Amino acid sequence: MTSNFTTQKEISLPSIIDIENLGLDAGAHLLIKHGLCGVSVGGEILVSGSAPGWEAQLAAWCRAQGHPLTFTDGKAHIIRSDIHAGRWRGATQTGHADLLQTGAVHEHALPCYGLAARGATVEAGAPEFAFRLNQKHEVWTDSAADLYAQAVAAQWNPELAIDWNAPFELADEVEDAVAQVMTYMIENENAALVVPARFLGQMHPHFREVQAVLAIQVADEARHIDVFTRRLRLHGREPALSTAGGQASLKTLLDEPDFSVAGFLLSVLGEGTFVSLLNFLHEHGPDPVTRQICRLAARDEARHVAFGMAHLLRRLEHEPEFRSRLAQAVETRNDTLSATAGLNEEVFDALILLAAGEFTPAAIATGYARVQTLMTDMAEGRLARLLRLGFEGKTAQRLAALHTRNFM
Amino acid sequence: MKRPLVMGAVAYAPKVVTIWEGFKEYFRRHDFEFDFILYSNYERQVEAQIDGAIDIAWNSPLAWVRAERMARARGQSVRAVAMRDTDCDLTSVLVVRNNSAISELSGLNGKIVGFGAIDSPQANLIPLDHLRAQGMVAGRDFTAKRFDLLSGKHGDHIGGERDAALALMAGEIDATWMIDGNHLAFSREGILPASATRIIARTGAYDHCNFTTSPNAPEQLVTHFVELLLGMAWDNPEVRPLLELEGLKAWRAGRTSGYALLDRAVNDEQFYDAKGNILAIDYRY
Ligand SMILES: [Fe+2]
Ligand SMILES: [Fe+2]
Repeated sequence: MTSNFTTQKEISLPSIIDIENLGLDAGAHLLIKHGLCGVSVGGEILVSGSAPGWEAQLAAWCRAQGHPLTFTDGKAHIIRSDIHAGRWRGATQTGHADLLQTGAVHEHALPCYGLAARGATVEAGAPEFAFRLNQKHEVWTDSAADLYAQAVAAQWNPELAIDWNAPFELADEVEDAVAQVMTYMIENENAALVVPARFLGQMHPHFREVQAVLAIQVADEARHIDVFTRRLRLHGREPALSTAGGQASLKTLLDEPDFSVAGFLLSVLGEGTFVSLLNFLHEHGPDPVTRQICRLAARDEARHVAFGMAHLLRRLEHEPEFRSRLAQAVETRNDTLSATAGLNEEVFDALILLAAGEFTPAAIATGYARVQTLMTDMAEGRLARLLRLGFEGKTAQRLAALHTRNFM
Repeated sequence: MKRPLVMGAVAYAPKVVTIWEGFKEYFRRHDFEFDFILYSNYERQVEAQIDGAIDIAWNSPLAWVRAERMARARGQSVRAVAMRDTDCDLTSVLVVRNNSAISELSGLNGKIVGFGAIDSPQANLIPLDHLRAQGMVAGRDFTAKRFDLLSGKHGDHIGGERDAALALMAGEIDATWMIDGNHLAFSREGILPASATRIIARTGAYDHCNFTTSPNAPEQLVTHFVELLLGMAWDNPEVRPLLELEGLKAWRAGRTSGYALLDRAVNDEQFYDAKGNILAIDYRY
C-alpha cells in the first residue's frame, strides 16, 4: 500500500500546453517546442487547442519534426524524440567569444569552424573554408580588441573635421608641389589599403579581434586616399607623376605572403616612417587644409604602427628566431630594390618646396634644412622601433639604414 | 563489377540528381553497387518496372497503385519495401480565407474549389474522393479549378498547390486543397499570411511515396539495399544532408496499409482501370 502511494506521487503528470485558438500557421509551434524542451527524450506532453484544423497542422508539424503523436479525448499526446539531438552529435565547440575565458581562441582555427561566431557550436558536416591564416601565432595580437576600440572612437568625418573652405593661396610652384606629394601619398596609401585587405580575406574569422583591426585599418586608408585626393583637386590640379621605383618598392609589400613579415615591412618600417612624414607636413605644410588632413592621418597611422608593433612583439616573444626572418626580409627587399631609383626625385624636391612655402632662395634654404631633419627623424624612428623589437644595436642600425628610400 | 541494383526515379526537380548521386556514393562506400535511371514521369517509370528495365523504383503513391495493378493483371506482384518516416499518415486539408462565410462542406455549393495537378493524389484525387464520399461532386455541386503543373509528376512538384493557395488569397477561388504540411510551409513562406486562412475539412490519413520492387527484382540485392537504407542515421553528418534533401529523418520498412483511400479514389475518379491502364482522358505527361 505504502509503495503504491509512493509510486503515485513519483509519477508526474504530463504538462498540458493550451495553444488556445492560435494556429501553427501563426506561430503556435513555439509554445509546443517550449513544452517539449521541458521534458526529457521519450517524455510526453499534452497539447490542446481550438483553432479550426489545429490537429492537422500539429500532425504535419510533428511528422516533420519526428515526434510521435496520438490523439485521445481531443488532446494531442506528443512524445519527444531524440532526432533533434542527432544533428548536434559530433558538433564542434569553437572556443569562446569572451577572450578572458580559457581556451577562448584556439591555436589552430579549423576549416570547419567556417564563418561561425567564435564560441558557436558548429554542426558536423558543415562546409570547410580554406582560410590560409588559421594559426593563432601567425596573426594574434593581445591588444587587438583595444586597438580596434580606439580606432572606432577615433574615426573622423572628412566633411566635418577638415575646413575645406579655409582661404589660402599658394604660388603655382608650391601648389604643383602639393599635387606631387599628394600623388605620391595616394600611391602609398593604396599599398597600405591593399596589403591588410588581402590578409583580411585570408584570415580565419575565428581571430575576430585581429580581423576587426584590419577591417578598420582598410577603412582608415580609404579615408586617407579620399582626403589626399580632395586636397590635390582643391585648386583644380590632376595627379602628377608616379615613378617605376616608387611602385617597385610598394610592389614588394604586396608580394610578401607572410602576415608578420608584411606587417613588419608595411607597418613598423613603412607606416612608421610615414608618421614622420605626416607630422612634417602637419607642421610645415604650406596651407591649412594640408596641415589638417596630415594631422588626422598621422593619428590613424600611429595606430597602424602600434598594431604592427604589438603583433610582432608577441610573435617574437614566442618565436625569438623569427627575428632573423625579419632581418632577412629587409635585406632581400633592399636587394630587390637596389636597381631602382628609390625616392622619386620629384617628391623629394616637392617636399623641399612645400616646407619652403614660397619660391625664394631664402625660403628654399629653410625648406631644405627641414627636409634634412625629416630624414633624420625617420631614420631615428625606425631605429627606435627595431631596438624595441629586440634587434641588437648594430643589426638594428644596419636594417634601419637598409630601409627603402621610397619611405614605404 | 558486380551487378548493380538499378533504381528508377522521377526527375521532378533538379535536386533529384543531387539526391540520387549522393545515395549512389553512400551505397558505393558500403560496397553495394547501385545505379539509377531518371524518368520524366511516373507512368513511364512504372511501365519500365513491368518491362524489367529497372529493379526497383522510388514511386509516388499513385505510381504504387498503378504498379500494383499492372503487376497483378499479369499474375505478378510488386512490394513496397521502404518509405520515409514523413510518408506515413499524411492528410490533406481544405482551406478557405478566414473571413469566408464557408464553414463546412455544404457551404461549397456553387463555389469554386482549387485542386492541384490532375495526377496529384494529395491535391486532386484523394480530395475529390473525400468530397464525393460526402455527396459533393465536382461539376455538379461545385466548380473544380485545377492548378495543373508538371503533369506526370504525380503532384511531387508542389507548384500546383502553391498557385492554388495564391489564387485563394487573391480571391479567385473560394477554397483550396493542400497537404497539411504545405499549409504550414506556405504560411512560413508568407503566401498564406498568419491566421488568414481556416481549415474546414481534412481527408483521412494516407501514405505517400515508397520504394516499389519490380516483379522480378533480385531478392538478395533488394534485401541488402533496404538494410543499407534503414541504416542511414540522421546523426551521421555524411548522410544527414541527403536525408534533409529527401525530406526525412529515418527510413522505415514499407507498408501498404496507407493506400486504400487513393485506391478508392483512382476507381471513383476513373484514373486507372483495374489493370493499370490510364483512363483519365485529359491527362498528358
Ligand atoms: Fe594611411
Ligand atoms: Fe596606415
